[in-house]
Amino acid sequence: MSDLLELAERILSSATAREQVEVYVSRGTDTEVRAYDGAVENLSTAVSSGIGIRVLVDGAAGAQVGTAWAGSLDEDAVAGALRDARDNVRFATPDEYVALARPDGVAPVSLDLSGDAVTSTPLHEKIAMAIELERMVRSSDRRIRQVESADYSDYVAEAAILSSTGIRASYARSGAYLSVEAIANDGGDDQTGWGLSTGRAPSDLDLHRAANDAVTRATRMLGAVKPASMKCTAVFDPRTAATLFAIIGGACSGEAVVRGRSFFTGRIGETVASPLFTLLDDPTDPRHFSASVFDGEGLACRRNVLIENGQLRSFVYDTVSARRAGTSSTGSAVRGGIAGSPSAGCRALQLAPGDLDQAEIFRRVGNGVFVESLMGVHSGVNPVSGDFSVGVTGLIIRDGQLAEPIREVTVASTLQRMLLGVLHVGRDVEWLAGSAAGQTVAIEGIALSGS
Amino acid sequence: MPWSFRYALLMNSTLVERDVLERVLREAMGHGGDFAEVFVEDRSTSSATLDQRRVEELSSGRDRGAGVRVVVGDTTGFAHTADLSERGLLRAAQAAASVARGGGGVRAVALDTLVERRTRVATMPGDVDKARKIELLVHADDVARSTGAAISQVQVALGDSTRRFVVANSEGVYAADHQVRTRFNISCIATGDTGMQTGYRPIAGTRGFEMLSPEAVGEAASGAARQAITKLDARPAPSGDLPVVLAGGSGGILFHEACGHGLEADAILKRSSVYAGRLGQQVASPLVTLVDDGTVEGEWGYLALDDEGRPGSRNVLIENGVLTDYMWDHLRARKEGRVSSGNGRRQSYQHLPMVRMTNTYLLEGDADAEEIIAQTPRGVYVAQLGGGQVNTATGDFVFGMTAAFMIENGRITTPLRDCNLIGNGPDVLQRVDAVASDFSMTPGTCGKDGQSVPVGTGQATMRLTGVTIGGAA
Repeated sequence: MSDLLELAERILSSATAREQVEVYVSRGTDTEVRAYDGAVENLSTAVSSGIGIRVLVDGAAGAQVGTAWAGSLDEDAVAGALRDARDNVRFATPDEYVALARPDGVAPVSLDLSGDAVTSTPLHEKIAMAIELERMVRSSDRRIRQVESADYSDYVAEAAILSSTGIRASYARSGAYLSVEAIANDGGDDQTGWGLSTGRAPSDLDLHRAANDAVTRATRMLGAVKPASMKCTAVFDPRTAATLFAIIGGACSGEAVVRGRSFFTGRIGETVASPLFTLLDDPTDPRHFSASVFDGEGLACRRNVLIENGQLRSFVYDTVSARRAGTSSTGSAVRGGIAGSPSAGCRALQLAPGDLDQAEIFRRVGNGVFVESLMGVHSGVNPVSGDFSVGVTGLIIRDGQLAEPIREVTVASTLQRMLLGVLHVGRDVEWLAGSAAGQTVAIEGIALSGS
Repeated sequence: MPWSFRYALLMNSTLVERDVLERVLREAMGHGGDFAEVFVEDRSTSSATLDQRRVEELSSGRDRGAGVRVVVGDTTGFAHTADLSERGLLRAAQAAASVARGGGGVRAVALDTLVERRTRVATMPGDVDKARKIELLVHADDVARSTGAAISQVQVALGDSTRRFVVANSEGVYAADHQVRTRFNISCIATGDTGMQTGYRPIAGTRGFEMLSPEAVGEAASGAARQAITKLDARPAPSGDLPVVLAGGSGGILFHEACGHGLEADAILKRSSVYAGRLGQQVASPLVTLVDDGTVEGEWGYLALDDEGRPGSRNVLIENGVLTDYMWDHLRARKEGRVSSGNGRRQSYQHLPMVRMTNTYLLEGDADAEEIIAQTPRGVYVAQLGGGQVNTATGDFVFGMTAAFMIENGRITTPLRDCNLIGNGPDVLQRVDAVASDFSMTPGTCGKDGQSVPVGTGQATMRLTGVTIGGAA
């Protein structure tokens, strides 16, 4: 880490009196193993590093910003990036709201997000996990005819964000994942199911859970049919619910809001959801796989309440979107690696758990559909208009119980209506790999398109 | 410095010397590998965004490194590094070779004569003054706003990349390409009594900046603006099975999703595709002839050489409805004792190559587009499709309609709100009952197993007898 900090400090010290400079520098090691037919199909190992530089120049009409990045920390690559960033500054439109983050006095929480075990676990043990995962899935049920992929992967990374405006943030993190996709067949059409397990170290991973998830999901879809179109209550499982929460979180991005690209724009204080719906973004909760001490601009991450008992409470902001909105950053800058500039977003969403288990939700719903996977989320959800239409697979719920599997159907509504239509919230929180945890939720008034 | 001179200078600077590549390959094969490959890449990218008439920021990026893979039996070892020194490359070769446990037999690798290609470009994007790029963005914004007063937001982006690579393998392949890609896209939001609606148009090609004439950019801008304005009058899409007429161009994504992915040899060899074992069978309506073609110069999915050094080629996948072949990369082709079809692609040196599409299109037919609409009493006309997704094992796919209208009594009527279509690949291929002759292509980005590559899709106006429309009405 010390050499990363030195490099960043050296770049900052080269800033001229007119310039403000931010440096984001990172380095990491990745391992990926894919097993197939009892052997290693692919084994990848890599060490990578990179730097992202933003240069700001203040003027009478506001600040201009230019950015550049390089996928290595070689002296010439770093010098080239700094030169490009400086050159790019000249072309930006001066903007009074553009600024780098400044320390805001919020103390970072203490989180241990790095497991030494990722580095100390011998490679052959990681390989063995991938092979065992594949074996478990293949041997668990005679109807599993193929394992399309069985992967173990992990990473360790360290990164620092420093700026001439006083930001000094650095952190280390690690992660390990298992994922597996099974194909089942019992004479008719193939069906697929996938399972996963995530943690900070190999020992956190649960082979049985990943394998069982894939097998259960693939086999219970066998014989799936296309049902008739209907209006019904949909029960989303924790994984698909997490996807919904991430979409809602996207609409709470201060950046989308100030740009008028969220259906929540101008609605703070209004009732936008069922009273059962309380949504937080809390990267300081270590149970989140995506927990983080610092945001993408080096400010401390903090707990933000977005929707409370159905009422829209607040949005999340990075520095620039906060200035545009006349407020302060909520420590919610996210950035897509070295090449990405910060923007406002959620990283650890959680819906306040209800008190029902999944079986009880099925009983209360009585008749409806259970949604187990979503397809076409990127093409079927419009965060500006709120239009929602995605492909799903799942099972019919009849008389409070899971019944026959269904496929080739879409569920449609608008996000606005769906939020108000939340009938039940489960207590079965699953901590997933993405930006949201999930639990079972039931939503009424969904249009199911089938035959 | 005149551009021609600078260009020549760039081409002549070798990423890694031939003898170094040979030594790296020898090291990679030193533990008994069956095949080794080193892929060295140097990519420069730049982008500019204009949002609400503000130039938000210009960004430049540079990524340079090498990936080494070693294949032993059915196992592939892979390592990548940003260190292009001989020491760095040898270290990557050793890491990749760790999957090989055999004795250290030293096998010299002799590379063939270098095969060198480069994208034909009139104006290198890097030689265009940044101020001129911004003028073009502003021009697009002006055109979009002048299209209608309802246009409340305009976002325009411009990007280009120059990607040089050298690939060498233990079978002697030694090839280099210099690819130039340029893209432009515009998103508009129109605001009315019914809320906000969006419109989008891309222009993208394996070409230089000459592609982005003010006329072309202006046409895209007014198209995106009109699309958003039109949708202000949209009503919720219907729900259920209806005949669908797909306008020429972006409908090609249907074939990319509905069957293209299922014809990639990696899915075939793992028997995880509905099309495995079906060569020679009638899998589609006789009107369907599907081609994947890396040779369409200038298109977004064009490649003179694929990322394994094979020339891009034209491969007929389905001919008059009969499945004729799959798409192959080196690894899968080698397993089957045949040659790659030029479909081995990778996002960057940090990724393993796999079977990917290039430009995938349906050959045009001889029907008349207007006639097809006129002969559809009730259905949906899809003017633009957004993204899609497929499960290759089941063949189930979805794709988004981003500009669609009702067809009533043979005429295009009310615009429809965005929604997804859903179907099953093998099923929908049988449902093609008319193909017109107004062929065109659309650029897109294809994601698979975490890797994104540029692809083209294309088709002429065509009709499907029934597809499930996922509307809420």
